[in-house]
Amino acid sequence: MKASAKKFGFWLAAAVTAACSFTATLVWAQSAANQDPVAEYRAMFGDDNPAELWLTRGKDLWTAPRGPKHVALANTCDLGMGVGVIAGAYAHLPRYFVDSGRVQDLESRLLTCMVVQQGFKQADLVANRFGDGDRKSDLEALAAYLVDASRGVPISLPLDHPQEKRAYALGEAIFYYRAGTHDFSCATCHSQPDKRIRLQRLPDLATPEGAREAYTTWPAYRVSQGEVRTMEWRLGDCFRQQRLPEMTYGSDAAIALTMFLAKNAEGGELAAPGLKR
Amino acid sequence: MRILIRLMPLLAAVPLLSAAAGPDRNAQARAAMQSSFKAHGQAGMERLDQDATQALCSRYAPGMPPGEDAARAMAANRASIRYPADGNFLGDWKRGEAIAQEGTGKQYSDDPGKPSGGNCYACHRLSGDEVAYGTIGPSLYQFGKNRGRSEEMLKLTWSMIYDMKAFTLCSAMPRFGSRGILDEQQIKDVMALLFDPDSPVNR
Repeated sequence: MKASAKKFGFWLAAAVTAACSFTATLVWAQSAANQDPVAEYRAMFGDDNPAELWLTRGKDLWTAPRGPKHVALANTCDLGMGVGVIAGAYAHLPRYFVDSGRVQDLESRLLTCMVVQQGFKQADLVANRFGDGDRKSDLEALAAYLVDASRGVPISLPLDHPQEKRAYALGEAIFYYRAGTHDFSCATCHSQPDKRIRLQRLPDLATPEGAREAYTTWPAYRVSQGEVRTMEWRLGDCFRQQRLPEMTYGSDAAIALTMFLAKNAEGGELAAPGLKR
Repeated sequence: MRILIRLMPLLAAVPLLSAAAGPDRNAQARAAMQSSFKAHGQAGMERLDQDATQALCSRYAPGMPPGEDAARAMAANRASIRYPADGNFLGDWKRGEAIAQEGTGKQYSDDPGKPSGGNCYACHRLSGDEVAYGTIGPSLYQFGKNRGRSEEMLKLTWSMIYDMKAFTLCSAMPRFGSRGILDEQQIKDVMALLFDPDSPVNR
């Protein structure tokens, strides 16, 4: 009797809680849906982000011996904090690497490790930089896993190497560089507060608030694509919409612009992989 | 002494240049982008080259270019504006609405054989029925109703669509006519969307 009353009490509490949270979620989702369909999606899925699948695969790709040289990245790849150290590493990228002699973001650093340490061919890796349906990208899975290892860590880029300072200045110059048939620069859409394109909010990426909002949530699972996309994908697709030619993956312009955004987001706590439209 | 005289122009130039982010800022960006981009479909590498308007606005961003330079570039843009050959500014608002809704055109992912859209709704409110409009530009709802259809107003509006940079040099709005994004008939149709009393913009 006592036990069943207890049980009943539990189920009652659970039901009330569920009903309340369901109602709350529904109300929130409905009001949010007017402005942001992705907010509705988030409300439906709660904490479940499909990026989990990429993360799990990324962990395997990081720890298993792979490539012609049959070595694990976990035993050979230095993301800037020592070989194999991943906790917090993404919060300090892009940075200058002595071995490659250049400033690198996460994606270009992964390319270096996979080519130099594991012996993969760069062209093969780049050809498979963006997953598409059944053909998944190892780079996107690795990025999801490695970025998750910096969740909650504030972005900190001291720019204490002259090359890092140069990369920031170059990124800023690219951010404001207007060109192409439509005269667009990054700044055309991303340098004013509280603007939107159609219904999509546009972060002001030259300010700390806007840069943090954007930068801390990439890479992200893109609902419309069914894939985890990284910052380099985001930049490349912006340039496509700017009517410019195609941005090369891992290029100096991509890394410099990433440096500009990351430094502007200084202090923001990473919350990626995020979930986006 | 001779060296000092030679350096004089350089020294004199320093305060002028400090107003901008630096004369080599554009050159620096362009050089890096040329080695970091590749031609794709209709988007060739020449799209990375800047004209005078683009270069001036980039060089001083997020600030504005100084008055004299800006005035010269705006005059050049104004000189590129062409009114419709038949003197008729207004086309079909229904086609204009379709052009305003269409976001494709000129991207490397677009079919170069298809006419470009104007993508007006990306930045402007137009029809009262369309709630998915952006806010980078001002609302154009009730545009014709509020402004009438005088020849002067038609010419001014035509010119703004054709080349907004004749009015506001560093505007976010593309130069639809001058840069060949929309053809004359398409601009007429968009004009009709703005001015026709039956258009959802004015209802």
